[in-house]
Amino acid sequence: MLRRRPGLVLVALLVATGLVLGLTQGWREIGQVTINGIVAGNYFALGAVGLTLIFGVLRLVNFAHGEFLTFGAYALLVGNALGLPLVLSVVCGVVATAVMGVGLEVVLWRPVRRRRVGELQLLLLALGLAFFMRNAIAFAAGPEDRATGANVTAGLHLGELRVGRTELIVTIVGLVTIALVALTLRYSSLGRQTRALADSIQLAETTGIDTDRIVLITWAASAGLAGLAGILYALPAGVANPGIGFSLILSIFAAVVVGGIGNAYGALAGGILIGLVQEWATLVIDPAMKVAVGFAVLIVVLLIRPAGLFGRGRSVDR
Amino acid sequence: MSAATATEATPLLQLEGINTYYGPIHILQDSNLVVGEGELVCLLGGNASGKSTTLKTILGLVRPRTGRVLLNGEDVTTLPTAHRIRRGLAIVPENRRLFGPMTVLQNLEMGAYLRAKADLREEFERVYSLFPLLYERRSQLAGTLSGGEQQMVAMGRALMSKPKLLLMDEPSMGLAPILVEKSFEIIEQVNDSGVAMLVVEQNANVSLSIADRGYVLSTGRVVLQGNAAELLANEDLRKAYLGR
Repeated sequence: MLRRRPGLVLVALLVATGLVLGLTQGWREIGQVTINGIVAGNYFALGAVGLTLIFGVLRLVNFAHGEFLTFGAYALLVGNALGLPLVLSVVCGVVATAVMGVGLEVVLWRPVRRRRVGELQLLLLALGLAFFMRNAIAFAAGPEDRATGANVTAGLHLGELRVGRTELIVTIVGLVTIALVALTLRYSSLGRQTRALADSIQLAETTGIDTDRIVLITWAASAGLAGLAGILYALPAGVANPGIGFSLILSIFAAVVVGGIGNAYGALAGGILIGLVQEWATLVIDPAMKVAVGFAVLIVVLLIRPAGLFGRGRSVDR
Repeated sequence: MSAATATEATPLLQLEGINTYYGPIHILQDSNLVVGEGELVCLLGGNASGKSTTLKTILGLVRPRTGRVLLNGEDVTTLPTAHRIRRGLAIVPENRRLFGPMTVLQNLEMGAYLRAKADLREEFERVYSLFPLLYERRSQLAGTLSGGEQQMVAMGRALMSKPKLLLMDEPSMGLAPILVEKSFEIIEQVNDSGVAMLVVEQNANVSLSIADRGYVLSTGRVVLQGNAAELLANEDLRKAYLGR
C-alpha cells in the first residue's frame, strides 16, 4: 500500500496523528498548531520546490538557496524603505531575487559548468557563496532585526482559533503559487521541457530543446520562489535578519528529501508535511527542538522509502 | 548508388577535416564523411574507434578543434545542438535513452516539441503504423518497457520531428538477434520513405546488408570507405569484422 499510494498512506497517518494529538492535547491546541503548520508549510514548500528543480536540472545542491530567502526578505525591506506600497514591495522583492538567481547563473554557474568542475567543487562553491551572501547582507544592512512593515497584530477569530490577518493573506498567496507551479509543470510546454531536463539534460538537448534557456528560466523560478518564501516568512514574523534563510534551510532540505530529490510535486508536498509536523511537535516538546522533529520524520520516511515519498525511477540507462 | 553520384548534389551532412580532442587525447583524426539525401550510410568500427565522438561532433555535443561540420552546405560547427536539431537532424541515442518517468505518448511528443500540436497527427499515424505496439502501450511509462520496445519508442521519438537526417547510435546493442533483424528491417523501411540515415554500428554484417555506403573507423581515422557491396567483399574488413 505504501509503495503504490504513498500520498494516501501519508494522509491517513497524518489524520491519525492529528486525532491523537487533538485528544491528548486539546482540540483548540491542535487546531491552532495546524494553522501555524500550514503557514509554515507554505514557505517551506516554495523554498523546497526551487531547490529540488535546480538539483534535478543541474545536479547542483544549492547550499546558497537559504540566502535567496533572506535576499527576498531584504529586497522587500528596500522596497519599504523606498516608500513603495507593501504589495509592490513584495513583487519587487520576488523579481529582484529572480534576477539575482539568473545573474548568478550567467556569472558563476554556467562558466564553472563549462569548465566541467567536479560535483564536490560545486558543493563547496555553493557553500562559500552562502557564507558570502549572508555576510554581505549583514554588512550592507546591519545584523539586527528589522521590521518588515506588515500588521502582525490584526487577526481573525474562527471560533476559538486565531489567524493573523497577515498570516492568512500570506497563506493564500502561498497556496495559490503552489497550485500555479504544480499546474505549470504538469500541463505547460515549459513544464514538460523542465521535467525532460530534470530527467536527462543531454537527452533533452538531442531533442532540440534549448537547454540553456530552460536552465535560465529554472533559475529565475527557483530564486523567485525562494524570495517569495522568505517574504512569506518575514511578513507574519514581523522582522527580518540576515540569518533567517539559514535558520530555514535545514527544514527546506528535509522537505526536498522527503518528497524525493528532483521531484517538484514531492517538494511541494514535503514542505507542507514538514511544516505541519514541526508545528504539531511544539505541542509535546520544547519548540526549540521542532526542526529536530522534522528531521526525525525525514529519517523515518527514508528508512521506509529511500527514494523519498514521491521519488521515482529516472531516465533509462543513465 | 556509386560514390560519384552521392557527391553531385549538396550533401545533407559533411564532415571536413575534423580533429576532435578530449583534453590532450586526439580522438578523431582528419575525419571526412559525407551523407547525401536519401542515403543510408553506416559508420563501422570497434570500441573506442571514435564512432560515438563522431556523432557527438555532428550533433554539437562536442566541438572539434579544427575542421567543419556542414548541414546542407551550411557551416554549423559553432551552432548549438538545439539549432542543429531544428535544421532537420534527429538522433536515436545509444542504449535507446528515453525519458523514463514519462509515458510512451509523452516521449513521442517530446520528439516533436518544436512543431505545432496540430501538425502532429500525420507523424503520429506514421509512427504508429511503423510500430503498432506503441499505440497499444501509449500510456505506459517508458522506463517499464523491454529493450526492444524501448528501441521502438526511441526511433518513433526521433521520427516525430520529421528529420531529413536520422542518426542512429548502435541500434543493435543489447538486442537479441531476432530483434536486431527486425530493427534493421524497420531502419530500411524508414530510409525507403526518404529519410537519410547515418547508422553507427559494430555489427558490420547486418548494417552493410541494408546500407548504400559505409565508412570504417579505427582509432579515430577513417581507414576504409566505399560502396556497401565493395566493403562486404573487402578482405581486410572480412577478417576484422566478419570473422572469415
